[in-house]
Amino acid sequence: MITRVLLMASADKSKSDYKSKTGSTTFLVPVLVNILRIVKLLLSPFTVVGRTVISWVDNCGASAIFLVLALLKTFWHKQLSKIVQQIYYIGTSSTTIIALVGFFTGMVLGLQSYHALIKLGAQGAIGTMVALSLVRELGPVLTAIMITARAGSAITAEIGVQRISEQIDALDTMRIDSLRYLISPRIVAAIISFPLLTALFDLIGIIGGYVSAVVLLGANAGTYLHRVQASLEMKDLTDGFIKAVVFAIIVATVCCYQGYFAHMRQDSHGAKAVGLSTTSAVVLSCVLILVSDYVVTSLLI
Amino acid sequence: METPLIEFKNVTKRFGRRAVLENVNLQIYEGQVTTIIGLSGGGKTVLLKHIIGLLKPDEGTILFRGKPLDKMSKNEMDASLAQMSYMFQDNALFDSMTVYENIALPLRETTTLSNSEIDSKVMARIEQTELSDSARKFPSELSGGMQKRAALARALVIDPSIVLFDEPTSGQDPVRKNAILSMIAQYQRKLGFTAVVVSHEIPDVYFISNRILALYDHNIVFQGTPEELEDFEHPFKDEVIRSLEGLQKELTGLHSKRQFKLLYYGQMKRRSLRDTYSLVLFKLGSLDDIIAGLGHEAAQEAIRSMGVFIDKHFGPIGGFSTRRSIDEFVTVLPYSEKNEAVDILEDFVKDFQEHGISEIWAGAREKAAPGTCVDFTILAGLAQGQPIAEIETVIASAENKLKEIGRLRCAV
Repeated sequence: MITRVLLMASADKSKSDYKSKTGSTTFLVPVLVNILRIVKLLLSPFTVVGRTVISWVDNCGASAIFLVLALLKTFWHKQLSKIVQQIYYIGTSSTTIIALVGFFTGMVLGLQSYHALIKLGAQGAIGTMVALSLVRELGPVLTAIMITARAGSAITAEIGVQRISEQIDALDTMRIDSLRYLISPRIVAAIISFPLLTALFDLIGIIGGYVSAVVLLGANAGTYLHRVQASLEMKDLTDGFIKAVVFAIIVATVCCYQGYFAHMRQDSHGAKAVGLSTTSAVVLSCVLILVSDYVVTSLLI
Repeated sequence: METPLIEFKNVTKRFGRRAVLENVNLQIYEGQVTTIIGLSGGGKTVLLKHIIGLLKPDEGTILFRGKPLDKMSKNEMDASLAQMSYMFQDNALFDSMTVYENIALPLRETTTLSNSEIDSKVMARIEQTELSDSARKFPSELSGGMQKRAALARALVIDPSIVLFDEPTSGQDPVRKNAILSMIAQYQRKLGFTAVVVSHEIPDVYFISNRILALYDHNIVFQGTPEELEDFEHPFKDEVIRSLEGLQKELTGLHSKRQFKLLYYGQMKRRSLRDTYSLVLFKLGSLDDIIAGLGHEAAQEAIRSMGVFIDKHFGPIGGFSTRRSIDEFVTVLPYSEKNEAVDILEDFVKDFQEHGISEIWAGAREKAAPGTCVDFTILAGLAQGQPIAEIETVIASAENKLKEIGRLRCAV
């Protein structure tokens, strides 16, 4: 504020230059203005950091409120059909891709474990390694990333287009709560679908490990299956499912939020804003999956 | 005094530092068609979005039936908004749903009606808006005019008491623009809702409106009837009216009311007080039947063809014409005595019966659905006036003498 006043004073100075010739203290103004300019320049990196941090905190708070409000609207009597529809879209339609990725992840795990463990003479532990890696870590993480790529991006794009073409405003004018109608079913469907798809990923992955380690490389089938069965405890499964639920909440909230507020982006408008929101949604979801994976693992271990 | 249905008191809205509305005061009354006119980008849509609660004012109050919206409880607010429908400028139809699903959505989501009740209501609106063949199509498969009709059907399906139309005619050709306005006017009469229309680009809006609000330079500079707007002197009027006059000319070849008045007074100044002139009033009979039989676009085409024919006949002999109302035209023959005018009119009637009515019918038939038919009646009334007399008196006298000059039966 002070800077602005001084800058204005400096601008006015040229207009009333004759006054400065008579004034005794006016010569101080340009000096002060220059000092303030330098201070402002020195502070500018902090301003940028501050603005970014504030914007992040704002968005985190808004997303949390967005999530809570959407979840509160779950128990409305006309929601069930919408939730089922979204489960089909997010869950059922993703089955093939999840099975495919799970199978090859399991195969590559079996392959790598075989070659690593054979050096130690511990090829009997392949089953343990494949099962624990999949159930505790790779299953939830890769499932979440795959659903983000497949369904998350589509959710953001669909909601974003509805936002910029005023379809969400139209819902509001018809007194249809857009959070209830568009967001709530997607978040609930994600919470239901993610653990189920994770379970599928784990199962197919273990089969993939069996195919590469036992069928292709000749490891002992009985040992593999015994190790899988013996090394997995209930806690491993529940930990994996807890992660899946956490990822579901993160992915669904981020993707819906980015689409719902596509029109608020400062960097672009219209179709471009939808495109950038989709990119942001996928990138942010993937980063948050990995960050939260560490946090949740450290809490559960 | 009647309490306004909606009232703005010193409403100000800013986006960042840019003020869009500044101390806006206005009243909208129940059962009327109120039209908001103004230059594009002037904040008309922003004003409309305040009424339906999509935007909140930074300063000032909006009253609904005399009660401030910001003092209402959530239930009261819901009840107020439940009476309103909004038709968006770009329709805002849900593009992944069919026309039927679009229209059914507000009923499915906000009411407890059974599926069969919803179906009968939706089908009734679909039939009224002539969309029966397109009910299962997606919005992207429809023409611009049909999309507008689908949006209108969706806005009307909840039987609202207030409908807000945001530029309902944008992006349409002139005949279709008039057809949409005629459709709005017809539904408003039939269903009795209060209509608030944002539209400035079409002369017909003045024929269907009870009240006009003019938004200029962030403020409402005029509130009143279309007749009062004629006498309103403001720089804004020149800007808006000029664009309308071009369109009027393009549409029917006729002068706007203002140009007509200027011509009339210009001619009358040159005449001595004893001189006489003749005036003919033409009326397209039973317009509502034509609309019901052939549809809005065909009816508008008939009006347009009639205007063109009148201008073609009377223009070369020094007559000048304008549209008086949605189905009436006035022609002044400044240098013709009554007897001469009778002869001219007889010639016109002859020519009209030989060519004119078939031209009007031909124009309308192109727009009408195949196989539809309706009788056309054209009436005319002749009156004599003197420069000293008020033109409205002469028109009223012509109105009393209206008689049929042409009729086209379906079989022809």
